[in-house]
Amino acid sequence: MKSFAKIGLVAAAALALSGAAQAQAYPDRPITMIVPFAAGGPTDIIARIVGDHMSKTLGKQVVIENVAGAGGTTGITRALTATPDGYTIAMGHLGTFSAAPATYPNLKYDPLNGMQPIGLAGGTPILVVARKTLEQADLKSFVAAVKANPDKFNEAHAGLGSVSWTTCTLLKGQLGVPKLNAVAYRGTGPALNDLVSGQVDFMCDQIVSVAEQIKAGTIRAYAIASAERSPALPDVPTTKEAGLPEYQIEAWNGIAAPKGTPKEAVDKLVDALNKALNDEGTKKRLLDLGAVIPTVEERTPAGFAAVIKRDADKLSPILAAAPR
Amino acid sequence: MDMFSNLALGFSVAFSLQNIALCFVGCLVGTLIGVLPGVGPIATIAMLLPITFGLDPVGALIMLAGIYYGAQYGGSTTAILVNIPGEATAVVTALDGHEMAKQGRAGIALGTAALGSFFAGCVATLIIAALGAPLTKMALLFGPAEYFSLMVMGLCFAVVLARGSILKAFCMIMLGLLLSTVGTDLETGQERMTFGFPPLADGIDFAVLAMGVFGFAEVLRNLENKEARDVVRSKIGRLLPNWDDIKQSAMPVLRGTMIGGTLGILPGNGAVLGPFASYTVEKKIAKDPSRFGKGAIEGVAGPESANNAGAQTAFIPLLTLGIPPNAVMALMVGAMTIHGIIPGPQVMTKNPDLFWGMIASMWIGNLMLLIINLPLVGLWVKLLQVPYRLMFPAILIFCCIGIYSVNNQPMDVAFTAMFGLFGYLLIKLGFEPAPMLLGFVLGRLMEEKLRQALIISRGSFMTFLERPISAGLLLVAVIVLVIALLPSMSKKRDEVFTE
Repeated sequence: MKSFAKIGLVAAAALALSGAAQAQAYPDRPITMIVPFAAGGPTDIIARIVGDHMSKTLGKQVVIENVAGAGGTTGITRALTATPDGYTIAMGHLGTFSAAPATYPNLKYDPLNGMQPIGLAGGTPILVVARKTLEQADLKSFVAAVKANPDKFNEAHAGLGSVSWTTCTLLKGQLGVPKLNAVAYRGTGPALNDLVSGQVDFMCDQIVSVAEQIKAGTIRAYAIASAERSPALPDVPTTKEAGLPEYQIEAWNGIAAPKGTPKEAVDKLVDALNKALNDEGTKKRLLDLGAVIPTVEERTPAGFAAVIKRDADKLSPILAAAPR
Repeated sequence: MDMFSNLALGFSVAFSLQNIALCFVGCLVGTLIGVLPGVGPIATIAMLLPITFGLDPVGALIMLAGIYYGAQYGGSTTAILVNIPGEATAVVTALDGHEMAKQGRAGIALGTAALGSFFAGCVATLIIAALGAPLTKMALLFGPAEYFSLMVMGLCFAVVLARGSILKAFCMIMLGLLLSTVGTDLETGQERMTFGFPPLADGIDFAVLAMGVFGFAEVLRNLENKEARDVVRSKIGRLLPNWDDIKQSAMPVLRGTMIGGTLGILPGNGAVLGPFASYTVEKKIAKDPSRFGKGAIEGVAGPESANNAGAQTAFIPLLTLGIPPNAVMALMVGAMTIHGIIPGPQVMTKNPDLFWGMIASMWIGNLMLLIINLPLVGLWVKLLQVPYRLMFPAILIFCCIGIYSVNNQPMDVAFTAMFGLFGYLLIKLGFEPAPMLLGFVLGRLMEEKLRQALIISRGSFMTFLERPISAGLLLVAVIVLVIALLPSMSKKRDEVFTE
C-alpha cells in the first residue's frame, strides 16, 4: 500500500509539473491541423508544405488530419469546437470561412465572431477558362455572348460549396445571369475532363488545377481574377485588362483556431506561420504551385479577419440569392 | 521505334539502385496493407506522403505507385482467404476465390491470381507505353451521356447474370442504387434521406458498406458454422496451378487483361467496372455457367487480371491528361504537386524521366510482386489455420482501424457494425450482397452522369440516343434484357442459375 501511495504522489507531482510546464512552454505535444478536404487537394498541399516548416519552429510535429465532408464544413466544425488549447487548429479556405455562412444555412460555426484567426497561408489566383473550341476568343466577347444568350452556355463546377462553384457563382451574379446552366461534378478533375473534351463550355477554378492544361493548349484561359498577372501564366490577362474589373477574387487558404485559444499559443502559431512563409524553400514550393505569398499584414489575426470579412461581404448577397 | 528508346530511358531510370529499393518497399508495404482488411491504399499513401518529402520526385512516385498496385495484389488475398473485399475491385474475386479456398484450393486461387495479375501487369505496362497518348484521346469521347449508358449496360448484365433468383438480384441492385443516393444532393445541396443526421450528410462511404456487409457479416455467419471451417483447415492445397488449371485460366486471363485495360483508361473510375465485366463475360461464355460462384478458377483468373490491368491503365489519364480517375490517383496528383510536378499533358515531354521511369518501374514492380507473393502465399494460407477466437477479433479490429482511417470519423465504425447486422440478415434471407455493392458503386456516378447529360441537353432524353456511342451501349443493354426475358432463355437460365 505504501508503495502505491508513493507512486500516486510521484504521479501527481509529475502531472502538476507537466501542467506547469504546459503553461510555460506551448507546445509540449504534437499539434493537429485539420484539413477539411481529402488528401492531395490544393488546401491539403498548402497545409502540408506550411505545416512541415511550422513543425520546425514550434519544435513539435504539426500533424495533418484530413476530415472531409460537406464542402469542408465538417472538418472546420470539428476543429472550431475542439478544446481551445492551441493543439487543434484548422486550415480552411475562402469557401469554409467567407462563403460557408451564406452557402450552408445550418452552419454550426461563425467564422467572423466565433473563431480565432491565425493568419493567411497562401493565396491561389482564380481563372476563367473555356473549352478551346468555344467561338469567343477573349473575355469581352465571351461576356457579351453570355449576357446576350445565357441559355446557350454550360458552366462546369466541382460541386456546391467548392471554390469553383463559389467563384463562378460570383461571376454569374456580377454578369447578371445567375440562372445560367450549371453542371455539377464531384471535384475539379472530372469537371476539367469534360471541359477538355468539350462537353461543357466554361468554368472558374484555381490556377493550380488549370495551369498545365492552359499551357498545353487543351483549354482556353480568358482572364485571371487578380490584380496582377501570374508569373506562372504571363500571357493570361487580368480581369481588369480584359474588361471585367469588378471580378476580383482569390482562393486563399488560412489557419484558424477555436475561439478562446490562449494568447501565448496564438502568438507562437502566428510566429511559426510567418517564419514558414519567410523561408526561401517553403516560399519556392508555394510559388511553384502558382500560389501567391500573403502580405505581412495578412499573416496576422487581424489582417486575416479583415480578408475573411471582405470576401464574406462580397459573396454573401450573391450566394444567398443563387438558384439551387 | 520511339517507344523502345523511351522504354530504354525509363528502365535506365527505374534500374537505379535507389529506385529499385523504393519500388520494392512500395510493393511490400502495398501487399501488406492490401492483405490487412480495411487499411486501404488511400490512407497509407496519405500517411506516407510526408516521408517522401526528402526523396526525389521520381523515386517518391515510384514508391507510391508500388503501394497502389501492391495493394490491389494483396487485396485479392484477403478476398480469397476470408471473403472480405477491401476494395470495390475485389468484390468479384471473393465470389469464386473464397469458394475455392473452402474447397481446399486456396493456394491455387492465390497462385492463379498472382500469375494472372503479373501477366496483366506486363501487358498493361506495354499498353501504357505504346498507346498512352492516343488512347487518351479516345477516352475523351466519353461524355456524361456515354458514361450513363455504359453503366446502364453494366447493370443490365449484372441483373441477367446474377447468381440465384433474378428478382432478388434486381432488388439488391435497386437497394444499392437507393443507398447511393443518401447524402447531399450534388446540384442543389439539399440533404436526402439523412434524417437531419450530420454524419450522413456526405452519404455512405463505400468502405463502410463493404466492410459491413462482407467483413462483419462474414464473421457473424462463420460464428454459427463450425464445420466449413474444418474443411478449409485440413486441406490447404498446392500453391502453383497445375497444367489443367493453367489451360483453364489462360483465356480468361487474356480476356480479363483486355477488358480491364480498356475500361481502366476511361476517366471516372472505369477500372471499377473491369472485374465485374470480366466476370460476367467469363460466366456468359463458359460451357457450364453453373460452376460460377462455386469455385470456378476462371472466376478468379479473369477478374484478377482485369483488376490489375485496370489499376495500371488508370495511370493513363493521370499521366497524359493530368486528370485523376479515382481517389488514389487524386492523391498521386497531390504527391506530384508537392514535389513540384504539376500533372498535365506536358508531363510526358517536360519530365520524360518521370513519365517513362514510372512506367518501367511498374513492370519491375509487377515482377517483384510475383516474387514477394508466391513464397508468401504459403504464409497467407497459413493464416487460415489461426483459430477463430484469434482471427475474428483481429479481423474486426483491423476493419475498425481501416474504416476509421478513411475519414477519421468514429461514426463510420458504428455504421459498419450496423451494416454488418444488415448483411447477416441478407445472407440469412438468401440475398447476395454483391449486386447491392455494384449498384452502390455505380449509383452515385450514374446519377451524376444522368443529371449532367440532362442539364447539358436541356432536359432532352434524346441525347442518349442521338449520340452514337451512347446509343450503341443502350442497344446492347436492351438486347441482353430481351434475350434474358425470352421464354426459352429464361427457362434455361433458371436451370442454370438456381440451385
